[in-house]
Amino acid sequence: MNKTYEKYYVPAQSPWPIVGAVAMFCIAFGAGHYVIDVSKQQSGFGGWLLLAGFAILIFMLVGWFRNVIDESMAGLYSAQMDRSFRQGMIWFIVSEVMFFMAFFGALFYGRVIAMEWLGGASNNAMTFAILWPDFQPSWPLLKTPGGIETQSMPAWGLPTINTVLLVISSVTLHFAHVGLEKEKRGQLKLFLLLTLLLGAVFLCLQGYEYIHAYRDLGLRLDSGFYGNTFFLLTGFHGLHVTLGAIILLFIFFRVLKGHFTPEKHFAFKAGALYWHFVDVVWLCLFVFVYII
Amino acid sequence: MSAITTEHDDHAHDHKPSGIKRWLFTTNHKDIGSMYLIFALVMFFLGGSMAMVIRLELFQPGMQFVEPHFFNQMTTVHGLIMVFGAVMPAFTGLANWMIPMMIGAPDMALPRMNNWSFWILPFAFLILLLSLFMPGGGPSFGWTFYAPLSTTYSGDSTALFVFSVHIMGISSIMGAINVIVTIWNLRAPGMTWMKMPLFVWTWFITAFLLIMVMPVLAGAVTMVLTDKYFGTSFFDAAGGGDPVLFQHIFWFFGHPEVYIMILPAFGIISAIIPTFARKPLFGYASMVYATASIAILSFLVWAHHMFTTGMPVFATLFFMYCTMLIAVPTGVKVFNWVATMWRGAMTFEVPMMFALAFIVLFTIGGFSGLMLAITPADFQYHDTYFVVAHFHYVLVTGAVFSIIAAAYYWLPKWTGYMYDERLGQLHFWCSLISVNMLFFPMHFVGLAGMPRRIPDYALQFADFNAFISIGGFLFGLSQLIFVWVLVKCARGGVPATAQVWEGAEGLEWEVPSPAPYHTFETPPVIK
Repeated sequence: MNKTYEKYYVPAQSPWPIVGAVAMFCIAFGAGHYVIDVSKQQSGFGGWLLLAGFAILIFMLVGWFRNVIDESMAGLYSAQMDRSFRQGMIWFIVSEVMFFMAFFGALFYGRVIAMEWLGGASNNAMTFAILWPDFQPSWPLLKTPGGIETQSMPAWGLPTINTVLLVISSVTLHFAHVGLEKEKRGQLKLFLLLTLLLGAVFLCLQGYEYIHAYRDLGLRLDSGFYGNTFFLLTGFHGLHVTLGAIILLFIFFRVLKGHFTPEKHFAFKAGALYWHFVDVVWLCLFVFVYII
Repeated sequence: MSAITTEHDDHAHDHKPSGIKRWLFTTNHKDIGSMYLIFALVMFFLGGSMAMVIRLELFQPGMQFVEPHFFNQMTTVHGLIMVFGAVMPAFTGLANWMIPMMIGAPDMALPRMNNWSFWILPFAFLILLLSLFMPGGGPSFGWTFYAPLSTTYSGDSTALFVFSVHIMGISSIMGAINVIVTIWNLRAPGMTWMKMPLFVWTWFITAFLLIMVMPVLAGAVTMVLTDKYFGTSFFDAAGGGDPVLFQHIFWFFGHPEVYIMILPAFGIISAIIPTFARKPLFGYASMVYATASIAILSFLVWAHHMFTTGMPVFATLFFMYCTMLIAVPTGVKVFNWVATMWRGAMTFEVPMMFALAFIVLFTIGGFSGLMLAITPADFQYHDTYFVVAHFHYVLVTGAVFSIIAAAYYWLPKWTGYMYDERLGQLHFWCSLISVNMLFFPMHFVGLAGMPRRIPDYALQFADFNAFISIGGFLFGLSQLIFVWVLVKCARGGVPATAQVWEGAEGLEWEVPSPAPYHTFETPPVIK
C-alpha cells in the first residue's frame, strides 16, 4: 500500500439507490404478474408494471452514471477508488460466471447422468423397464422419454461464423484499448465502432438462428432437455451480449465526447472486461452446446 | 446531485442529514447497518409469528386451527423469512456497522451501491408477503422449493416467489461485493491480513461464498420458473430432465448458504470470548485457516442432503466422508474458544453469556449434524424432526444467539449507552431455558419417527409436542424482553466509555461511544 493517502471519496447522499430499489420492485412484481397473466391467458397490470420498472431502472442508471461520470471528470476519484471499482467489477463477473455454471451444470447432469439413468444405466434398470422401455439415450436428445421429437442445431454453419465474429470482436476491442492507452483516438474510435458492429451482427445472426430453429428444425424451448438447455444457455448469453453492447455503446459516446485518459479509464476497462467475459462464455457454449 | 462540489466537507463536523431523506438517500455505513439490523429484527418477529402458528397447530394432534395448505405456507415462509430476511440481513448489518470501523476505513468501498443492496430487501419481502394473499395462497413447497412441488404442484403465485428470490439474491451479491472490496482495498496502513479481527476474516470468506452461490440459486429459481410456466423439463423425467437435478443445484447453493449463516457467527464469538476472558484469542492463525477450510469443504458436501434419493453408493460415500471432514476445522474452532477461556479472568456479562451458550448449544447442533452425515443412519433420520432439531440448534442457538450476543456487545458503541444488564440477563436465561424446551425434545420425536412439515401427527408424540409448543411460545415471548432492552438502551442510560468493555481490543473501541457519524476519514496507522 502507498504511504501517501489520498482522501477516499465518500459521496454525499444520493437519491438513486432508492429509485433503483423501486425499479427492482416494479420489475420483480411486474414480471411475476406478467408471467402469471400470460400462463392463464388473462390481461392484467403485470406487463405494464414491468415496463414501468425498466423505465425507472433506465432513469436511475442515467442519473446514477451521470453523477459518477461528473465526479470522475472532476477528479474526485483516487487510485484507491479506481481499485475499488475494478475489484467490484471483477467480483460481479465472478458471480455471472457462477450463474452460467448453474446452467452448464444442469446440461452436464442431464446429459451425462439423467439421460443414461433413464436408459437404465447404473442401478436404474427397473426405472427404464417400467417407465419408458422404448427410450433411446443419445445426445443430442432428439426424442424425449415422453416422446417429443426435435432436430439438433448443427455446429458447423451459423454458430461457427458467430464464434469467429465474437473472437474477432474481442481482438478489435483489445486494439481499441491499445489505441486508448497510446493516445491514438482515431484507432480507439475505429476499433470500438468495429467491435460494436461485430456484436450487432452476432446478435442478428443469433436471432436468425432462433427463427431457423423454431421454423425449420422444430427445435423449441419446450422440446425436451436439449431444447431447454440450448435456448436458456444461448438466450442468457445473448442477453449478456446485448448488455455488453449497450455498455460499449455508451463508452463509445463518451469517447466521442473526449472522455478517458491513457491513465484513467475505468469504465472502458470494465466494459472491455465484460465483453471478454461474454466472449469466453460463448466459447464454452460453442464447445458444450453445439460441438460435443 | 450536488455531490461534486461539496466533496462532503460539510460532514467534517459530524453533521447528520435529518428527516426521512437521511434514511432513504444515505450512503453512510452506520445508517445502512442500522437499517439492516432493524429490518432483520422486524423480519425475525414476523417469521417468528409464523413459527407460533406452526407450534399452535402442533400443540395437539389432529387439525385444530389452520388448514394444511396454510400450515405449509407458514413453514415455507417462516423458513424463507428467517434465512433471507432475518439472519442474513442481520449479519450484513453487523458487517456494515463494524467492518469499516475494525479495519480503519472511512466507509464501505461502494457506499451508494450499499444503500441499493439494503433497499431492495424490504421490497423483495413485500412481494413475498403479498403473494400470501394471492388466490391459491403463497409458496407452500418448503423453503427448499423442491421440484416437482414447486413446478407441477405449486400455486399460481410461484412466479412472484421466483422474482422475489431473484432480487433478494441481487441484494446479497451486491452486499457481498461491497464487503469483499472494502476488506481488500480499504484497510488502513499497517492493517495486514493476519492482523484483521476474526469477524472481518470470517465475513471476507462469507462474502466470497455469497458471490459464488447466490447466482446458482438464481439459476435454480429460473429453471423452476421456466419449468412451471414455459414448458421446459429440467426437472421432469418425461422431457429428459430429473427432479433430483433440482436438489443438486439447490443444495450446491444451499450448503454453502448454511455456512454463510454461521461463519460470521464464528467471527462474533471470536471477538467476544477474548474480551470477557481478558486474554488474546488462542490460535488466531488456525482460526483463519479453519474458516477457509470450512468454506472450501462447503462446496463438496451438498449431496448429504440427498442420501435418500438413490444416488450411486460411490457418490454417497464421497459426500459422507467430506461432510465428516468438516468436523475437524469446526472442532479446531471450538477447542480454540475453550482454550482462550482457560485461566482467563472471566466475567459474565450478557454478550459473554450468549457466547458461552453458543459454544455449548452450537456444538450440540454440530454433533447431531455428524449423526445425520452417516448415510445409513440418515436413512432413518431423513425428513424427521431430528433434522428440524439439528438445524434449529445451529441456526437459532448458533446464528441467532451470536447475533444477539453481537447486539449486546456492540450496543454501547452504537447508542453511547450501556444496556440494562439485569434485563439482559433475564432475556438470556428466559431464552436459554425456553429454546432448549423448544428444540431439544424434537430430537426424541424425530428419532421416534415424527415427520417434519406435517400439520398432524400420531398420538404417541402428543406430550412432547405440547411441551415443545410451550417452549416455543416462551421463546417467542422472551424475545420481547430483547426489544425492551434495545429500546431502553437507545433512549438513554449510563453513558458508555470509548472502550466499553475492560478487555476489549481493536480499532472500534478507540473511537468514542456512540461512534461518530464519520469515522477514520483519514486512515489511522496501526502499529
